[in-house]
Amino acid sequence: MSGRMMQNSAIGRGGRWFRKAVMPVLAVIATLLAIWYVAVVPMNIKEVLTQAEREGAVIVPPSAAERRDAGRWGLVFANLDLIGPSWSTERARLPAPHQVAGELWKSTWVEETTGRRGIVQSGSFSNRSLIYHGGVTLTATVLGFVIGSVLGILLAVGIVYNRAMDLSVMPWAIISQTIPIVALAPMIIVVLYSVGLSGLVAKAAISAYLSFFPVAVGMVKGLRSPDAMQMDLLQTYSANKSQSFWKLRLPASVPYLFASLKIAIAASLVGAIVGELPVQRGGLGARMLGGSYYGQTEQIWAALFMAAVMAAGLVWLVGWIERRTLRAMGAQP
Amino acid sequence: MDGNNVPSSSTDHSVQTPVIIAENLSLTFQTGDGPVHALKDVNLTVDKGDFVSFIGPSGCGKTTFLRTIAALEAPTDGVLTVNGMVPDEARKARAYGYVFQAAGLYPWRTIEGNIRLPLEIMGFSRADIENRVRNVLELVELAGFKKKYPWQLSGGMQQRASIARALAFDADLLLMDEPFGALDEIVRDRLNEELLSLWARTQKTIAFVTHSIPEAVYLSTKIVVMSPRPGRITDVIESPLPKDRGLDIRDTPEFIAIAHRVREGLRAGHGDEV
Repeated sequence: MSGRMMQNSAIGRGGRWFRKAVMPVLAVIATLLAIWYVAVVPMNIKEVLTQAEREGAVIVPPSAAERRDAGRWGLVFANLDLIGPSWSTERARLPAPHQVAGELWKSTWVEETTGRRGIVQSGSFSNRSLIYHGGVTLTATVLGFVIGSVLGILLAVGIVYNRAMDLSVMPWAIISQTIPIVALAPMIIVVLYSVGLSGLVAKAAISAYLSFFPVAVGMVKGLRSPDAMQMDLLQTYSANKSQSFWKLRLPASVPYLFASLKIAIAASLVGAIVGELPVQRGGLGARMLGGSYYGQTEQIWAALFMAAVMAAGLVWLVGWIERRTLRAMGAQP
Repeated sequence: MDGNNVPSSSTDHSVQTPVIIAENLSLTFQTGDGPVHALKDVNLTVDKGDFVSFIGPSGCGKTTFLRTIAALEAPTDGVLTVNGMVPDEARKARAYGYVFQAAGLYPWRTIEGNIRLPLEIMGFSRADIENRVRNVLELVELAGFKKKYPWQLSGGMQQRASIARALAFDADLLLMDEPFGALDEIVRDRLNEELLSLWARTQKTIAFVTHSIPEAVYLSTKIVVMSPRPGRITDVIESPLPKDRGLDIRDTPEFIAIAHRVREGLRAGHGDEV
């Protein structure tokens, strides 16, 4: 009896882990994919009908003018046999998930291993692969993130220790974030180009512009987190400002800093992509805009997914460093 | 005797040396609702080796008085000297160690690291720091816990660590602001006993703020009863109890008599408000 119970509970534990951790994730992904596949049909129906008409199929209604004014769902129900082709059409408005996955595979693994310019045949990453373009974006993201974080921390220190900065800097920092970055990015690039800075530095500047703000806000809060009693204690030791900064304020701000850094790295990636839109010299932003110029929606979506994967990886990396750091600082596990 | 209290143990205790002298001390806070008289005409002398308790209801200025001694507040009138100096100089001369109501240990430092904090700030040598940390940890019986982080210790142990931190740099005066106020009664009894034995071994002068009558009577050689609005001293009781006392002294008639006098003093101070 007890042996059977133990066996059951061992199976139960694995089953529970599957039910509690894996099932919800799979369920959400399955739901999203289902919605996506359903949405693909009306999105592509007009192009699919035109294509089918050209190939001589009988479609309802037969005239192009009638189809132009008809509702998408109505067209779908009138031509139920064309649902299949809407998931595999060449120039889809909304490509189906498997088409995006195929493009992602083709523009990474296939391009690098078999392409003429791929790393296998040429020794360097192909400028037609998402690995190359992801790398271009990643370089700008990391550089901008480092610049923005350092700037944010310095601003926070200034705000906490200098009353004039406290009163003057924060309003400007907030205003800076209310301007849409898409409007500002081309101007930043033009202004930096005129002083001889372009390419990587210009993109990193936009990344830094987006990432300094969360770091500054988080660090101001963190540096001010020690309570009055903690400050009084240091006063009883006659500690000077630099001692109270290094021994109390800075270590107390570390958890706040990491929370901000996670937001900052994601913002930094967005900044780098936006910075690549007007320049068109490589990067995921260039791929997205290029794809939209030439109606290559699969290319846009593949680049989007590449950006999402990179963002997830970067945020995970910051989180990993956070866990290591806080554990080294004696945090309760 | 531990090596870290040579200066205090070498002095002759038969001669009364004043450590704290307050003469007509007043402190008024200016607030939006008008001035608040936190302290008014306070006169008090604390001698070397005394254990003085300040007791009174909230708002009577007992904590403010302690903070004024520590130069965390500045008096608006009157004279206050600590070791013959104005409080601010005394603070810079490391005249006192201060224990707050909360242990206030840094969560990112081990117990050892927390005790090292004042020593690092005051610029002690590395070897000296190691020595002192070891000595005070033994003094508060936490030697086995030096590598632990604060969250791994009970509230009582954390408060002992914070006392060790205040003792580490050899101040002769220990200022304690309701250090056991947040602890349960069983732990508090035990820490009271330990504090008395620590006081006997180190010969420190201790100023202790509390709102517990038994705690004040049990610990003190001198009990200062205070009352609010304005914060002032209503009674100073020199305790006839022997310096060497156990917890069971709380059942003796002498103890009960002093406790009664403290209670009367508190009631008189409150006037018609109670």
